[in-house]
Amino acid sequence: MNYTYFPGCSLEKNAACYDASTRAVAAQLGMQLTEVEDWNCCGATEYVSLNLTAAYSLIARNLAQASKNTSTHELVAPCSACYLNLRKCDKVLGQDPKFAGRVVQALAAGGLSYKPGTLHIRHLLDVLYQDVGLEALAAKVTKPLRGLRVAPYYGCMIVRPEFHDGGEDPEAPTSLDEILKALGADVVDYPLKAACCGGHMTQISEATGFDMIHRLVKSAADLNADLIATLCPMCQLNLDGFQGAMNRHFGSHFHMPVLYFTQLIGLAMGMSMREMGIGEEIVDARAALSRIGSEMAAEAAEPKRPRKDDKALPMPAPLKRA
Amino acid sequence: MTEEIRIGVYICHCGSNIAGTVDVEEVARWAGHLTNVISSRDYKFMCSSLGQEMIEKDIKEKGVNRVVVASCTPHLHELTYRNALARAGLNPYFFEMANIREQVSWVTTDRVEATKKAEALVAAAVSRVAWHEALEPLFVPIDPNVLIVGGGVAGIQAALEIADAGNHVYMVEREPSIGGHMAQLDKTFPTLDCSACILTPKMFNVGNHKNVTLMTWSEVEKVDGYIGNFTVTIRKRARYVDTGLCTGCGVCEEKCPKKVVDDVFEAGVGHRKVVYRPFPQAVPNYPVIDRPNCTFFQKGTCKACEKFCPTGAIKFDQQDEVLTVKVGNIILATGWDLFDARRIPQYGYGRIRNVFSSMEFERLSNAAGPTGGKIVMRDGVSVPKSVGIIHCVGSRDKHYNNYCSAICCMQSLKFAHLVHEKTGAQVHNFYIDIRTPAKAYDEFYQRVLDEGTIFIRGKVAEISDSPRTAEEEGKIIVQVDDSLAGRQRRIPLDMVVLSAGLEPRHDAKEVAIKFGISCSADRWFMEKHPKLDPVATMTDGVFVAGVCVGPKDIPASVAQGSAAAARVLSIIGQKEIQIDAATAIVNEESCVGCKECIPSCPYQAIEFLEDKRKAYVREALCKGCGTCVGTCLSKSISLRHFTDDQLVAEMIGAMTAMKMFEQAQTEVA
Repeated sequence: MNYTYFPGCSLEKNAACYDASTRAVAAQLGMQLTEVEDWNCCGATEYVSLNLTAAYSLIARNLAQASKNTSTHELVAPCSACYLNLRKCDKVLGQDPKFAGRVVQALAAGGLSYKPGTLHIRHLLDVLYQDVGLEALAAKVTKPLRGLRVAPYYGCMIVRPEFHDGGEDPEAPTSLDEILKALGADVVDYPLKAACCGGHMTQISEATGFDMIHRLVKSAADLNADLIATLCPMCQLNLDGFQGAMNRHFGSHFHMPVLYFTQLIGLAMGMSMREMGIGEEIVDARAALSRIGSEMAAEAAEPKRPRKDDKALPMPAPLKRA
Repeated sequence: MTEEIRIGVYICHCGSNIAGTVDVEEVARWAGHLTNVISSRDYKFMCSSLGQEMIEKDIKEKGVNRVVVASCTPHLHELTYRNALARAGLNPYFFEMANIREQVSWVTTDRVEATKKAEALVAAAVSRVAWHEALEPLFVPIDPNVLIVGGGVAGIQAALEIADAGNHVYMVEREPSIGGHMAQLDKTFPTLDCSACILTPKMFNVGNHKNVTLMTWSEVEKVDGYIGNFTVTIRKRARYVDTGLCTGCGVCEEKCPKKVVDDVFEAGVGHRKVVYRPFPQAVPNYPVIDRPNCTFFQKGTCKACEKFCPTGAIKFDQQDEVLTVKVGNIILATGWDLFDARRIPQYGYGRIRNVFSSMEFERLSNAAGPTGGKIVMRDGVSVPKSVGIIHCVGSRDKHYNNYCSAICCMQSLKFAHLVHEKTGAQVHNFYIDIRTPAKAYDEFYQRVLDEGTIFIRGKVAEISDSPRTAEEEGKIIVQVDDSLAGRQRRIPLDMVVLSAGLEPRHDAKEVAIKFGISCSADRWFMEKHPKLDPVATMTDGVFVAGVCVGPKDIPASVAQGSAAAARVLSIIGQKEIQIDAATAIVNEESCVGCKECIPSCPYQAIEFLEDKRKAYVREALCKGCGTCVGTCLSKSISLRHFTDDQLVAEMIGAMTAMKMFEQAQTEVA
C-alpha cells in the first residue's frame, strides 16, 4: 500500500499530533506514505470564495507536485478541507475546459502541469476503511478501547456528496463508527455526526460559532460520551480550542475531550499516549482515557429477553445498505 | 397479380400534430404521382367518420383496391382503417399505414426534412401495399375462466363481478389471506368508516363463492398462450396444514410457543405466532406454518401445534403443489409496497424510537392491532401530548420518487383527526401542498383544520433527537423550512408519523415480464392508454387494476377492479376472438423436414406432420414473430403480411424516394 501524502498546513502546527499519529499508525499497518514535495497551502475554505482562478491554481500546484510521484496515483490527505479542495479542483479542471485553461496557464508559468483525473484523491478515513479494512485494523489491536464511550464525528466536508465513491450516506455515514467499534470502543449513536462545526465562524460571528460548537459538545455530553473522535483539524480546533470560550459564553461546564481517530487507533495498537501526542489538546483527554478497560458492562448490559409484562413495541431493524 | 392495382393515399393532418411540422398538402400532391396511385388526398382528421367515409367512397366510386393511410402509429388506428376497408367490401389486409406522427412530426423540428421523410415513408407504403394479399382472419373460442392475481380490494371487486356473472375465477394471492393493504387499515377517509367492517364481507363472499377457486400462499410461476387461451402454472406453497381437515379453530396458534415480529400484516409493530393467520377474519381461515422460524423445522422438536390440533390437520411433510389452470383472461391487481422510510436517514426512522411509519400508525390505531387501538409511543404505554405528521415522505422528491403518492394527504389528515379524537394531543401536519381533490375530501380537510390541527407548509429537513434548548429536552425535534413564515423552525414533539409513499411491488418488473406486459419508468404497470384504456395492457387478454398501475385510493381501486371485470366480461360475451392473420406458413413443396424450426418457435406453434414429413404451423398459436422464417434453412417458411416480396418492395419504395430527393438536390446545386 503505497500513497502520496499531503499533510496540509494544520498538520504542521495545531494538528501536529494528527500528523504524528497518522504516520505512526500508517507504518504499523504497512502503508508507505511519501510526502508531496514542496507542497503549499490548499487555500482552506476561504480562498475559493475570493478568487477562483488563483485559488484553484494554488490547489492545482499541489496536484502537479503530487503527480510527480509516479509510483502511485493514490493521493491521501488527512485534513478534510485539503481533501475537499484537492478533489474539487481535480473534478472542476476535468469538467470545465475553459476555466481549466486559465489554471493550466498559471501552472505553466511555474513550469508545472497536471492532467485532471490522474490522481485518485482520498481522505485518510477512506483509505483506512477501504484499503486497510476493518479486519486488518482489528488484527492489530492489542489494547482494545473497551469501556470508552466515543462519539464519532465526521464533520460536514468529507461526507458529501461522493465519499467512499458514493458508498456512504451523506446524512448518516458509518465508516468511522465501524472503525471505532473494531478498536473495541463503545460507539455512541451520535446524531450530529455529519453536522458542521462552524468552520471559521468564531472569527466572523462569535455567538453563532459558539452556538454551533455548543450543539455538538452538548449532544455528545447528553449521550454520556467520554470523548469525541474527529478526523478534521478544523473540527478539532473548534471543539477543543474554543470549548472554554464557549463554556464562558453559555455559562456551561462541559469537559469534552476531542481526539483524532488516528490517536485512538494508535492507542488501541499499543502505542503510548506520548507517541500519539495526547496531552497536547486543550481539553485534557487523559482522565477520559483512564476509563479504558474499566468495566461498564453492567450498566450497558440490558436484559436480553423482554419480560413478560413488557408492553414495548418492536422497532424496525436498521436498514442494510447494499 | 392479374388485377389492376389502384392505390388510394390518405394523408392525415392530425389537427396540428402532423400538419404543424409536415407540409401535408405537399406530401399528398407528391404521392399522387407515385406508381399505381389513382387518388391522393389530405384531411384534418382521417380517423374521424368523415375521413373514413372519404376512403370508403373512393373504394366504391373510384375503384380503389389498395389503401395507404399516413397518420399515427398502427397501434392506435390500424384496426380503424381495416374496418373501414371491410365496410367498403375490400379485404382489410389490402391496407398499409405510414407512421408520420410518432416517427416524423413528433421527433423532427425541421419542416423540409420532416416533409421529405414523410414522403419517403408514404412511398415505401405505396410500394409495399401493391404486394399485399387478401388474408382471412382466424377465430378461436374464448375460455370463460378468468385468473385474478392479487386479493386486495381491487382484485376482490373484480373477482366478485366476474363470478356473480356466472364465470369461474381463479384468484391467486401471495399472502396466507386475501384482503391486501385495506385489511390492515383502521379507518378509511373521508367517511371514517371502519376499513375491516366494509372489506370483510367482500372477503367472505370471495372465499365462499361457488364460482371462485381461491389459492392463497400461492404464486403464478408461468403463463403461456394468448387471449382466450392462457395456460397458467401456479405454485401453491406448502401450508403444512391440511385444509380439508382444518376447522380454523385457532388452537394451534394459541399453543405455538414461539412469537416473532410480524413485518407484513402488523407492519413490524406487532407480533404473531409461527403458525398463524395474519388476522382473525382471514380468508381462508386456515393458518400457515412459517417454516424458517418454526422450531420443529429448525431443531426437529416441538410439534406443539400437531399435538393440540383436534382434527390432526398439521402435516409437517406437506410439499409445494404445482398446478395448471386454463383461463381466457387475466387481471393483475398486485398492489404496492410501502416506501421504506429508513432510506431517508435524516428522518430517523429505525433510529429514533418514537418515529413511526404510516402503516405502523394504522396498526396502532386499529382496534384489532397490537395496542388494541390505543395510540401510544414505542414504550407501549405513554400517550403522546404532541404529534407531528409528515406528508410526502419518499414522494415528490427527486432522490426517491418523483410522483405524488395520491393518498398521503388524505391519510395524513385522517391521522390528525384520529390523534385528536383518541389522545387529545396537539397535532402538527407538515406538508408541501395539500391535495384533496375528490368527493368530500376537501370538506374533511376543513374539518381537521377546525379541530385545531396546526398546518406548517414546508419540507422537513431533519427529525432530530439532539436537543438544543430546555424546551427540546427529551423530545423529537422537527426542523422545517416554514415557507409561509419564511424561516427555519424547530418544533419539539413527542411522536412523529411519516406518511410514507406508495411504491411498485419490489418484483413488479419480473411479474410484468412473466405476463408479457411492460412497466413505466417508475416501475408501475403500463396501461394501454392512460386516459382511454386505463385497465387494459398492450397484451390482449391481460388487464390491470388498482395501485399496481399507479398510486390511487380505495374508491379508485374499486372502480378499476369493476372496470377490468367489465372489460373481461365483454370479451367473454363475444364467445370467440379474432386472431391476426399475419401468421407463418410452410411451403410443403420445398420443406425438407429438418425440424430446425420447431425448437426456434417461442410459442410452441410448430408441429411435425410425421406422415408427410413436413413442418406445420398451428395458426391459432402463431404470434407472427418471424423467428422460424429466419431459421428455416430451405427458405420454406414465410410470414403472411410480411413476405420477402412485401418487405423488399417497402425498402425499394423508400430508397427510390431518397434517390429522387438526392437527384433534385444535385440539380439545384
